[in-house]
Amino acid sequence: MFIGHFTERPYQDPKSGYFGATGRSLMDLGMSNASYDPKLGADLYNRYLDERVFAEEMGFDGLMLNEHHSTPFCMGQVMNLEAAILARITSRAKIVLLGNILPIWDDPLFLAEELAEIDMISRGRLVTGWVRGTGRESVAHNAVPPYNWERFQEAHDFIVEAWTKPGPFRWEGEHYQYRYVNPWSRPYQEPHPQIWIPGVMSRNTVAWAAKHRYPYLMLATELQPTLESFQYYDEVAAEEGYEAGTEHRGYLFKVHVDETEELAEEAGRKYVQGPSNPFLEGNQGIVRPFIQNLPGLTQRNNLLPTMRSFAAAASRGRAGQHLKEQKKEAPPPPPKDTYVDQTEKLSIISGTPDTVIPKVRHVLETLRPGTIFFWDGDGAMSHDDQMRSLRLMGSDLIPAVREMADELDLKGPFEVDPAGETETVADELAESSGDVAGEAAD
Amino acid sequence: MAEAVSYTEGELALATGKIKYLEQGSGPPVVVLHHSWGSPGWLPFHDRLAEGHRVIVPDMPGWGGSERPAWARDPRDIAIITTRLLSRLGLVNVKLVGLGFGGYVAAELATMNPSRLAGLVLVGAAGLQPKDDEIMDQMMLSHRKYIEESFRDAETYHDYVGEEPPDDIRQLWDLSREMTARVTWKPYMFNRRLEPLLCDLDVPTLIVWGEKDKVVPFECAKQFEAAIPNTRIEVVEGAGHVVELEQPDQLAALVGST
Repeated sequence: MFIGHFTERPYQDPKSGYFGATGRSLMDLGMSNASYDPKLGADLYNRYLDERVFAEEMGFDGLMLNEHHSTPFCMGQVMNLEAAILARITSRAKIVLLGNILPIWDDPLFLAEELAEIDMISRGRLVTGWVRGTGRESVAHNAVPPYNWERFQEAHDFIVEAWTKPGPFRWEGEHYQYRYVNPWSRPYQEPHPQIWIPGVMSRNTVAWAAKHRYPYLMLATELQPTLESFQYYDEVAAEEGYEAGTEHRGYLFKVHVDETEELAEEAGRKYVQGPSNPFLEGNQGIVRPFIQNLPGLTQRNNLLPTMRSFAAAASRGRAGQHLKEQKKEAPPPPPKDTYVDQTEKLSIISGTPDTVIPKVRHVLETLRPGTIFFWDGDGAMSHDDQMRSLRLMGSDLIPAVREMADELDLKGPFEVDPAGETETVADELAESSGDVAGEAAD
Repeated sequence: MAEAVSYTEGELALATGKIKYLEQGSGPPVVVLHHSWGSPGWLPFHDRLAEGHRVIVPDMPGWGGSERPAWARDPRDIAIITTRLLSRLGLVNVKLVGLGFGGYVAAELATMNPSRLAGLVLVGAAGLQPKDDEIMDQMMLSHRKYIEESFRDAETYHDYVGEEPPDDIRQLWDLSREMTARVTWKPYMFNRRLEPLLCDLDVPTLIVWGEKDKVVPFECAKQFEAAIPNTRIEVVEGAGHVVELEQPDQLAALVGST
């Protein structure tokens, strides 16, 4: 089992008026950066880096970063920079990028070079992940939405080739052209860092990941649609002639652990307060459907079962379609306390170790992922909230999850090679960890 | 949007894909190129024009019933296909009317094939970068809001479209927007290589602008006027960007006078 930590690094500005339970809603791509305070930004970037270092000390296998643009809910506009810093100031944990938004890169050779440098500085601890991005990202970096999927695939092919094929060579593609591909920096890992693919909705992407034998990570989706997506991955894998395993399944979900149930609820409610990801149900964010559903960004009739999840559907601009489907099935339930609602659905798991561990076990039994990430320290959560949780994860939750994983035989992609080229890479991992530990001791 | 029934539907297989068009009337040919949101069908404006002309209203390639040229990346590509359509239909001495984005395509076409044209009518035409203002960005608005902004006011929009656009209209807008994005996402709705090519254009040109056009700034009319030698501007009162819907008789008369 691979256990990672994640936070979106929200821009928490108490003076902004949109921070905290009574703040006003965030309108996606509807706020000026005029109120941005770089001094506060400096504090927050450093805080989040410090928390990652502590997460590594608490025993996490991976530190996950993500990237969004022109929005306060995620400060990771240039996550490769954060990754490069972590590469130097951490020593053991994998640095997991989920992910670089390939279609918005007009020069993916730069990306290949950056990632290779991160992999070398970290001595082979980079896990690279690639996404198509939302409409927000296409708008912010002005990438033509109808070519998003084509650019994603071509950039992928190009980067893998740039990493693995001795140069110089020429690339004359549909969207990218180079007359001299010969990046001097190549990745530390052979043939290249593992590639994981995160997502929530696109059936195309799931099938594409399965065809490449890349682990697919569902990002904070509800349990049943997540399971159905994994099953779709398994089907495609079977068509491709291999049996997908737990090493191909990853799941990110919100878990916060605290010293008392009262503290856990107080902190857990902060998930849905402040500048949290407006994709997520109950958060103080308003997505603009036409931006999330830009022309050609997603093909019609190409939706995963996640459509049944209102949060994901609304975030992608298909709230009307979702409501139509919902009407066919059942009348909408009466409004609920959104925090309570999400805890009942296990969209948020917050409590003391005694109450959290059985719920995490339920998630593991239901989805059988080989990789999980605990999403914590988000929304309006303070540094203290995050540090209390990290300590308890280190002392109680992570050891308990490792035991469960052994019992349930949930192997991660560093125990069983998802590419199927070797039976296990665990020995290699142990060897590599030993090297790093030895250097740290020096 | 009331439709007459006397028009006919045509279809032509070009090497670049099938083109569908509507046609009515006889006389000097008029070809009308639609807005970026597609052709909503046969309109009263077309009826008025057809009283003295052979009127042809194609779905531009990639819009409506015309096949998408997946390789097209620029309105100039659409203009090239459209000029081949004129050729295959054997049309000469054509009055080419371009509405909004269709005006952009018409201007591009005129630069490459002026000898086939008897006149060019650019109605709220995109294609040139406004010097001071900006062309309204439909990609940052909902379909509904963008179309509403195309009318002189919300009341007129509701008169035409109703409280909620019907499904077929929504589908047309949706598909049209995708094609629009494929060819003019960036730069949005203009081409810096167009204006230098308009300077020698030897085609009588009429520039028509709705008095209340909120989509393409009026300064673009002045820029077209400055760029094209033989031209004049007519401003239509009581119209926004969709002059053909709001003042069909007046626009048809202007086309007839060109």
